[in-house]
Amino acid sequence: MSAELVIDIRDLKKNYGEKSAVAGVNLSVRKGEIFALLGPNGAGKTTTIEILEGYRKKTSGEISVLGIDPSAHISKESERKWREKIGIVLQTAGDAADLSVEETVNHYAKYYSRARSPEQTIDEVGLSDKRQAKIRTLSGGQRRRLDVALGIIGNPELLFLDEPTTGFDPEARRAFWELIRKLRDEGTTILLTTHYLDEAEELADRVAVITQGRIMEVASPKTLGGRDHAMTEVSFLRHGVREVIATATPTSEVARLEREFGGEIPELSVKRPTLEEIYLRMIGSVQ
Amino acid sequence: MKRVLALGIARGLLEIKQFNRQRESVVFTVAFPVILLFIFGSVFKDEIAPGVSFSQYFVAGMIASGLVNSGFQQIAIMIPVERDLGTIKRLRGTPMPAASYFIGKGIQVLYSMLLQLILLMTCGKLFFKLELPTQSDRWLTFLWLVVLGTATATILGIAFSAIPKSGRGASAVVSPVVIILQFFSGVFFVFTQLPQWMQHFAAIFPLKWLTQGMRYVFLPDSFASQEAAKSWELNKILLNLVIWLVVGTFFAAKTFKWSSDK
Repeated sequence: MSAELVIDIRDLKKNYGEKSAVAGVNLSVRKGEIFALLGPNGAGKTTTIEILEGYRKKTSGEISVLGIDPSAHISKESERKWREKIGIVLQTAGDAADLSVEETVNHYAKYYSRARSPEQTIDEVGLSDKRQAKIRTLSGGQRRRLDVALGIIGNPELLFLDEPTTGFDPEARRAFWELIRKLRDEGTTILLTTHYLDEAEELADRVAVITQGRIMEVASPKTLGGRDHAMTEVSFLRHGVREVIATATPTSEVARLEREFGGEIPELSVKRPTLEEIYLRMIGSVQ
Repeated sequence: MKRVLALGIARGLLEIKQFNRQRESVVFTVAFPVILLFIFGSVFKDEIAPGVSFSQYFVAGMIASGLVNSGFQQIAIMIPVERDLGTIKRLRGTPMPAASYFIGKGIQVLYSMLLQLILLMTCGKLFFKLELPTQSDRWLTFLWLVVLGTATATILGIAFSAIPKSGRGASAVVSPVVIILQFFSGVFFVFTQLPQWMQHFAAIFPLKWLTQGMRYVFLPDSFASQEAAKSWELNKILLNLVIWLVVGTFFAAKTFKWSSDK
């Protein structure tokens, strides 16, 4: 792939004393893609992301995030320029409770030289009717959308989203996904972490699975863990007992069963493995 | 530089807006010294020197410790809370310069300080015979004491904010320091009546010097003879505040924590 790399990590390591949190991560994120980083708690996900965001320093390895190594010593001016191009949506924040949505977004817009219109940004995250509302009165999902508004107000080239939809109702999640796809279509590169595999499947162009401080695999959600070749489960009832057949050729299997039953197959279901099942299998194999 | 200042002012205005909306903090930082003034002023009515009542002496001390309350105490408690809430971490992820955050805090402290000063001086004048200075050099001293005192107290508050581990525990760590200093520095008692060791200990810290400076501003000049050094020692006051400002800036820059995790 010759596509421009927005993030490029080679053999990234992070130790806390004797303990290794990140044990040699290699990762490339291309310009304009949504890249999801999946992994159980304690796998090194947050540490990796926070090193890329400049919150923590690496122990060793090579990092380039929009051409800058955030762990290296950089001048204030180049750090400012770098931060102008980056948007961060942290996991949790409970700040500025006494300000209104509008006041907060307007204020954060002042930090950036190429800021989006605060008014439009509030509309885009779906808080139009909460403009004047004090932040303390927002619901969890609304707060999260405000976090996203503050993350994108600077019109970032690269957006970090750390578990963005935790606490959303299904409708709000759909709306949020639309927003993220729209940002991608506008050219924003997005690095996403999430515990929802359906979210990764909906949004991500590529996913990486990280366990015990290392990347296990990087692939598209369709092909991760050999998902495209994985067996399909055909299940049905025979004499009141459920039978499950794993097969690579589900269509002919169903046709065979139809002949056998002479018509309708009782409680037939044909199920391809979900991303979640593949993921859990991968995680399970190392634990 | 212009940008740092502009964003610092924007942050200051935002902080003031938030401060005004937190009724409890307005009452705590602004009205508390006034309440103390009424309690102490009503209990101790004696003259401590010809023409100087204890309540006048006390107002000068309260104004000085107001700088420590709204600067040091408020900031050293507020920053750990903001760290817990993720405010500071979020700001760290934006192109906002760190200096603007500190300038914003200074502006907010100055604002709550002014509220407090107006309230204390008005009540002092109305109820406790506080004489407002008439000479311009007293006002000039008053001005630099407030500005320098605010800056020093704020920066020391920022430096001290590295010590409390969480926002919840912050006030338990910070408040005793302030209360002890108030007792030692001649706010609640006449300084020269305190034991020698207490006086020497207090002389290390800025509150004693701020208090002395405020007495210069608000008490008759004849009271100088009642001071520990038999004079107002304005140059020493200036020196102490500047030294702490430099020391505080050094530690604030070195130890400031952007988030509460390791």
